[in-house]
Amino acid sequence: MMVIVAEPKQVVAPGELLAEGDHVLGDNSFKVGTRIFSACIGIFEVDGTRVTVVPLKGGYFPRVGDLVGGRIVDVGLSGWTVDIRAPYEAMLPASETPGPRGPRRRDLSESFDVGDMVLSQVLAFDRTRDPLLTVKGPGLGKISNGRAVEISAAKIPRLIGRKGSMISMLKRETGCQITVGQNGVVMVWGKSPENERVAVEAIYMVEREAHTRGLTDRIREMIAKSNVVGEVARTQTA
Amino acid sequence: MPEPKQPEKLIDDKGIRIDGRRLDQLRPIKLEVGILDKADGSAYIEQGKNKILVGVYGPREAHPKHIALPDRAVLRCRYRMAPFSVDERKNPAPSRREMELSKVIRESLESVVLTDLYPRTTIDVFIEVLQSDGGSRCAGITAASLALADAGIPMRELVAACAVGKIQGHMALDLSDAEDKYGEADLPVAWVPNANLVTLLQMDGILTPNEFEKGLTMALDACKTIHGMQQEALKKKYLVIKEVAEEREETEVVA
Amino acid sequence: MSFTPQLPPVAKLEQKTVADLVANGKRIDERTADSYRPLHIQVGLIEKANGSAQVHLGKSKVLVGVKVETGTPFPDTPDEGVLTVNAELGPLASPLFETGPPSEQAIELARVIDRGIRESKAVDMKSLVLLKGKKVQVVFVDIYILDHDGNLIDAASIGALAALASAKLLKAELKGDEVVYKPGLHPLPLNNHPVAVTFAKVGKTIVVDPVLEEEQVMNARLTVTIEKNGNICAMQKGGLSGFTQDELKTMVHLAVQKSSENRAKILAAAKG
Repeated sequence: MMVIVAEPKQVVAPGELLAEGDHVLGDNSFKVGTRIFSACIGIFEVDGTRVTVVPLKGGYFPRVGDLVGGRIVDVGLSGWTVDIRAPYEAMLPASETPGPRGPRRRDLSESFDVGDMVLSQVLAFDRTRDPLLTVKGPGLGKISNGRAVEISAAKIPRLIGRKGSMISMLKRETGCQITVGQNGVVMVWGKSPENERVAVEAIYMVEREAHTRGLTDRIREMIAKSNVVGEVARTQTA
Repeated sequence: MPEPKQPEKLIDDKGIRIDGRRLDQLRPIKLEVGILDKADGSAYIEQGKNKILVGVYGPREAHPKHIALPDRAVLRCRYRMAPFSVDERKNPAPSRREMELSKVIRESLESVVLTDLYPRTTIDVFIEVLQSDGGSRCAGITAASLALADAGIPMRELVAACAVGKIQGHMALDLSDAEDKYGEADLPVAWVPNANLVTLLQMDGILTPNEFEKGLTMALDACKTIHGMQQEALKKKYLVIKEVAEEREETEVVA
Repeated sequence: MSFTPQLPPVAKLEQKTVADLVANGKRIDERTADSYRPLHIQVGLIEKANGSAQVHLGKSKVLVGVKVETGTPFPDTPDEGVLTVNAELGPLASPLFETGPPSEQAIELARVIDRGIRESKAVDMKSLVLLKGKKVQVVFVDIYILDHDGNLIDAASIGALAALASAKLLKAELKGDEVVYKPGLHPLPLNNHPVAVTFAKVGKTIVVDPVLEEEQVMNARLTVTIEKNGNICAMQKGGLSGFTQDELKTMVHLAVQKSSENRAKILAAAKG
């Protein structure tokens, strides 16, 4: 017996009854007996036999392999403590930086100092210890210019869009390079501060209106009204 | 400010209370979600003259580290009354009453928060009573549930709370400050609808077992109503953004 | 004892963004150097208080309550009532605030607001006396920060004035040993309307009404409180760096102008 009780694609609240029966439990749903409930405020999605609630709000929960933007908060003996906007502080060991192994103690702050922004990847994470990061990899390392925007991690999928459609449109229309961290930290580099400003405004707009229809068009229009020069039109998408 | 005088009667001959309510009537309730910018989640409640703001932070790294638990989050709760919230100005230093209420409120919320998803962290709930008029711990719990949900913290369900009491020999719902002060008993109750369990229960005064049962039924009925309002308040915020955004889209297409 | 606080490390990138923008005549929220953020004032929300005001200054939110009770005067001023200003910078308002007794930041804020009110003689202290040397009225101004996005001093100053200007009291009289209240609400007698204006020095540029990001990168801060006749009734410099004489002169002149603009808004809101 499998019954869907709540309306798919609608907003559900914590404790709301979603379904009854042998459905597969997706994120943010839990079972009591045969009844399946929502654990948070979000959009109810049904995908075959899987029931999921896509959260409308919430912080970032680290996952191995994620690209994250973080801020160095402490320089230790063998690595750095990084704030990645998660419930846990992350560690970046000196051994996970490129170049010759084992920089000496006093060299550590020369690489990354307190307050620096770094783009890194989550190497390891489980319930018993804080996330472990690495900056060995293309494009990873210290960010020295551009702007860092922080939005709710729950909205990152919408910012990227289906097959990257939203983020490609934003890059093209604002003429900015944009790197999206899974933890909600988005790096923006533009040819001018004005381009960067428009890109930042567009990103905040996605965060605010992520769950509405027609968002891509509204944002494209907002950017067009701002008169920033985007990429020269090409026949293929970025 | 002079203390208001003791009313002559709490219930008149027609069964109407001093604020015009019947015995089984709730005070008007207003709920708002997500009004603070810095807190991870927030909610505001007005219930009668009660005005309570709740902010939630977390899950975040436990500080100091020694309070952390290896297998679940620590829930921290602080119930606090602003100095101007009561008739006679309250000294800002924490009182024993505030400490007791912080504890029972935390315990009523702890059962619904899925704390084992976040070991070694804290979830902080700050309940600020800006104006108090009886039943503030219950109103605080109602708003705190919303603030936790607004923070995106996974929960089994929302907790709804309401107090009943005895005034002039009759069981009455949702006592105001004067009714609590001059009545015979006060019974705050918090309830979770799915699990159908009472998660906060205290009593002050004298009640017969029958009076208690009658009062409890009244309180749980009210909690059901309040729970419906909580769900509506949570969803309303997102529905409004949806409507405004889509309305904008429609007018532009027409133009 | 005061010691250099553990500052939350602000991203250097953010510092650079803010500093660069300011140096180029822009601010992170598009304002000019001499503009305030949108200001909304609402009075009368807390009926149990004699006066109350909620201030939204940009995203900073402050609630101020004024309560008037009876008490004893200070021994050295037997013919004056008592004014006491208290501020709460609680953890609700920001992850930067902790629970516990008032921090040095909270105490400084309260004392700056207090000085503005006291030095401008805004509250008529003599009118608060019920029996000289024995019984007076005590005016409590309690500042509650709800949301911290910078410049809490100005938000609190605006709230305090709005709450005082909209406060209503019963007339108190002493009959023998007892305080008796006569029916009928009267406004709290206010002889002045002090308004604080705060500046931040970011790099070499001075901006008014710093937002949180600007406060986190500023080198120095100055609060100038102006009373209704355009005179200075309080000043407070904060931060680790300093100001030149010219900078100070410019700030004082701008403070006179800005306080006048804000004063008009406060008094209009207090009437409503």
